[in-house]
This record gives sequence, C-alpha cells and structure tokens, in this order.
Amino acid sequence: MDHHEPSTTVLPTAGPATAGPVPAVRRRRPSRVPYALLAPSVAILLLALAYPLFWQVVTSMQQFGLAQQFGKPPTFVGLRNYVDLFTDPYLWTVVARSIAFCLVNAGVTVLVGVLVALLMKVVHTPVRIGVQVAMLLAWAMPVVASMTVWRWLFDYRHGVVNAALTALGLDFTGHSWLENPLSFFFVATVIVVWMSVPFVAFSAYAGLTQVPDEVLEAAALDGASGYKAFRWITLPMISPVLSIVLLLQIIWDLRVFAQIRLLQDAGGTPSETNLLGTYIYSLGVGSGDFGAASAVSIFVLVLTVALSWGYVRRLLRDEEDS
Amino acid sequence: MSTIAAARPAALRPPGRRRVRPGRLLASGVGVLVALAWAFPVYWMVDSSFMSSVRLQDGRVHLLPVNASWDNYASVWASGSFLPALRMSLAVTFLTLLVTLVFAFLAALAISRFRFRGRRGFILAVLLIQMLPAEGLFIAQYRLVGSLHLLNTVLGVSILYIAAVVPFTVWMLRGFVAGVPIELEEAAMVDGLSRTQAFVRITFPLLAPGLVASGVYAFLQAWNEFTVALVVLQSDASKTLPIWLRSFVQASASRDTDWGQVMAASSLIAVPVIVFFLFVQGRMTSGLVSGAVKG
Repeated sequence: MDHHEPSTTVLPTAGPATAGPVPAVRRRRPSRVPYALLAPSVAILLLALAYPLFWQVVTSMQQFGLAQQFGKPPTFVGLRNYVDLFTDPYLWTVVARSIAFCLVNAGVTVLVGVLVALLMKVVHTPVRIGVQVAMLLAWAMPVVASMTVWRWLFDYRHGVVNAALTALGLDFTGHSWLENPLSFFFVATVIVVWMSVPFVAFSAYAGLTQVPDEVLEAAALDGASGYKAFRWITLPMISPVLSIVLLLQIIWDLRVFAQIRLLQDAGGTPSETNLLGTYIYSLGVGSGDFGAASAVSIFVLVLTVALSWGYVRRLLRDEEDS
Repeated sequence: MSTIAAARPAALRPPGRRRVRPGRLLASGVGVLVALAWAFPVYWMVDSSFMSSVRLQDGRVHLLPVNASWDNYASVWASGSFLPALRMSLAVTFLTLLVTLVFAFLAALAISRFRFRGRRGFILAVLLIQMLPAEGLFIAQYRLVGSLHLLNTVLGVSILYIAAVVPFTVWMLRGFVAGVPIELEEAAMVDGLSRTQAFVRITFPLLAPGLVASGVYAFLQAWNEFTVALVVLQSDASKTLPIWLRSFVQASASRDTDWGQVMAASSLIAVPVIVFFLFVQGRMTSGLVSGAVKG
C-alpha cells in the first residue's frame, strides 16, 4: 500500500522488524491513505450528483427555455421561477395529489405488509414458503415488466380483471380503468402496493422472528388474548423496524415516476394524472423549460431531505455508537 | 404487562401444542389466497406469452395456455431489436457493477479502517445521497451528460448509475469490513506478512460475501433502472432492456397490441432476473442484514 515494492521485508513502516520486538502497528499518525481511498468515490459523486445539483440550483434562478437550448445565454431572473410556480394553482394540485397518493400508498403498503408478515408467522410451514416465494416473485419483477403485465390485466377489452368481474355478474365489459383520474390512481395504488408489500413483509417478518416465543407464551399463560399480546408485546418490539420501513415507503412513494409514466402511456390524461416526478419530466424533457423544471426539482429535493432527516440522523448515531 | 396479568388468569390452558386449531387452518387458507394473488400477475405474464392473440382475445379466461407455442418469442426475436438492447444492458450493467465495487470497496476501507478529518462528513453525505430522488435530479443529469457529449452512450448512463449506487454500496461494505477484526491482520503481520499481503490473504477472502451481496444489489439496480435511462438514452440504437420493452409495447399498441408478443417480451426481461433473484436472495438478505447491523 505504501510503495510499489513487491518484496516485503524492507518496508520500514508496515513490515515487521526482522529482529527484536515488533512495534505495535497502529494507524494513529495522520495519513493520506484514507483520502486516496475515498478519492474515486468522491470524484464520481461530485461529477454526477454534486455538479448537477449545483447546476440545478443556478438554473432554477434562470430563464432557461428552448431558446437557451439552442445557444442563447440564459438570463438570471432571481426567484421568478419559484414565484411563478408557487402562484400557479396547477403546482399545488400536483403537490396535493402527490402527497395524498404517497400517504395512501405508504399506509396501505405498510398495513398489508405487516398483516402478511403476521400471517407468515401463524400459518403452516408449506403455506409460509408458498407466500414467501410469491412475494419474491413480485419483488424480483423489473418495474417495466410489472407495469406491462398490469396493463394487460386491466386491459379494457381483453383484460382478465374485466372478464373476472363480468363473470361475477357485474357488467365490466369494455370498462376503461385509466380514463377517470380517480380510477387511474386506484389502479396505480393496486400496482404500487403489489410491488412494495414484499419488502415490508420481509422486513416486518424479520422483526417478528426477533420476538422471543417465551414472552408470548408467558403472556398467554397470564391470559392475554392474541390481540392483547400483539398490541402490548409484539408491536412495541417491531415498531423500530416499522417506523423505518414506513419512512422509506413515504420517500419512495413521493417520488414515484416509472409507474405513473408507464400508466400514462397506457391511457389516462397526463395533465390530470401528473405527480411530481412526471410533472418535472413534462416540464423539462417534454416542453424544454429547464428553469421551471429545476425549480420543481429543488422543491422535491428539499421535501425529501426534510422527510428523511430524522432517519439519517438515527443511522449516523448508530454509526457513532459502534 | 400488568394489564395483561390482571386480565384473565383463569384462562390457563394445558399447553398441548400439536392440536389442530381451526384458527390456524383459517389463516393458512388466507395465506394460500395471498400467495396466489401475489404470484398471479407473474404467472399470467408467462401464461399469456405462450398463446396466440386469437386465443387471448376469445373472451374466455385460459388459466393454462391453449395450443402453447414459442411463436411469440420467435416474433419478438425476429423484430431484431432485442439483441442490441440486451448487449447494451449487459455493457451498462457490467461497467456499473465493476466500477462501483472497486470504488465503494476502497471507500468502505477508508471509513472503517481509518479515523481522519472529514470522515463524518463523508458518511453523512453517503447517507443523505441515498435519499435523493433521481426524479429530482434527472433534468440536470441529462444536461450534464449532454454537455459531456455522452448522451446515448454506455459511459454516459453508467456514470450516473455508478454515482447512484456507490453510496449504498459503501454503506453496506463498511459493515463487512468492520466485521473483520483488525487483530487478524495484525496477527498475520506479526507472522511476517506485509500489510498489503495480510490484507489480500486474510481480510479479502472474508469479505467475499459482502462483495457478492453488494454486487447483486448494484447489478439489479443497473439492470432494472428505468427513469435515468429514459432521459439519457433516447436513440433507438442505445436502448437498454427496460426502455426497449417500453418501446416494444408502444409500437405494438399503435397497431392494436398483440398481447401475446408483449408478454413474451416482458418474460424475456423478467424471467432471467426472477431466476437470478430467487437463486441469490438468501445470500443477499443475510448480506444486507449483517452489513446493516454490524458496526
């Protein structure tokens, strides 16, 4: 690590002395080694994340539209992009929609995930393995493939959902699920929950296996009902896992992009179904208004960092304790 | 606890563990339904991929393929765009995987084996970056890659993937490196190895599971990624598999969607990943857990 020297015996710092007592090898002296080790990672993070972030902050304060893409120098406009955005009722519609979508999805996902985990704990072993394999299948599916399959399931003419509902006596022949925004988001929720539950279920299940059986048996001997044992023993013990999982779900569901974008491909009016991710995409890549797109992006970043701050602080604390 | 103890002490039951409990049977029934619900879309994809569009549109639900054939796969293959996309995905994934592992490994070494000024700042940055949504940065990244003249190239998209994957990989590997006691290395050095040799012969082999686990993570991220690829890879020749699948679906939709072919295309992407995932998942989750838990 110190030199290119292939032979080892003569390195004075690291190699053991050829004779006499071995000096304690401690890395207490200030060294350039850690900085050299960090350099490649830091370089790529600066290039691909920090620089774009910086560009984005600058651009969010510029008039940067189609003309600027063809060489016209951008003009500094201060906070005008932000003012324009925040006074545009459409942004608030998208924000409200995104937050509602995110909270509903994160809530339903965590609830269903915990129920599935509890189920895995009580069922017979073969059934549990079946549930685990099914969850893994859904978890492993690439998101684009999942979206394509769900599009086929909900297809208005030949989809199996309409066929099944019609067979049950409801007339869903030719029903288009994506036309109405509310129904569009219902379908999106079904898909996102289907995709996200496996992660929650496995995390919660791992948490449940940490609850010692003896405690639950003791509670049962003391006459606690199943519900009470869950409420007063199991739940407090798995709540640290649950709070992290819930937070991660909220962050992930706030920035949901691929699912919405691909459902918009399938039908659904973009202006009525945009969430923050697809809105930024349509502003930037779609209409070339990079100034406005950057401003919304900064808004999303600030929102995300604010949401995740507590989680990061906690990880950092664990790191320092170790 | 006191509330429980006070609740109903009379409910003492003989602890016969092997009785058939109707509650558990009911739960198992529900469990079967849950398993079916989660597996069904994947099953339906594969099932449909073996049927002709005539069968798929005859208004009936075929839970098993009727007149199963590989025709749809043959048509997808014949469209000629699958192989280039596969090559592109392989190139991007392996470049990302390789560079990420090297970079992240070095950085993990730095933060778990050294105490230095700026260490805390780096760790904080690594944790915060994991939270940054691609959706909040892709416009700027698109401009960056454009100004480097790397739009529609393997290198251009890989740079963005590496930056996205490195932070979590550093975090994960850090746990593994910290899990190998420094005393092992020192003992080897007392026995006459140089520090480098001690590291290569003693520590490195012990890190193999960690490298595999983080490699799998980087692989899946790069292989399945959609958002950044959609923005940075816009030419037909440079599509990765997820982007290729989307265009395949779009093209098919413009002429009355052949769902059999579309499902064959989806299966081509999904089935290898699913098989790979089922194969490595035990190792990966244990890797994730020990990486996250060890300090």
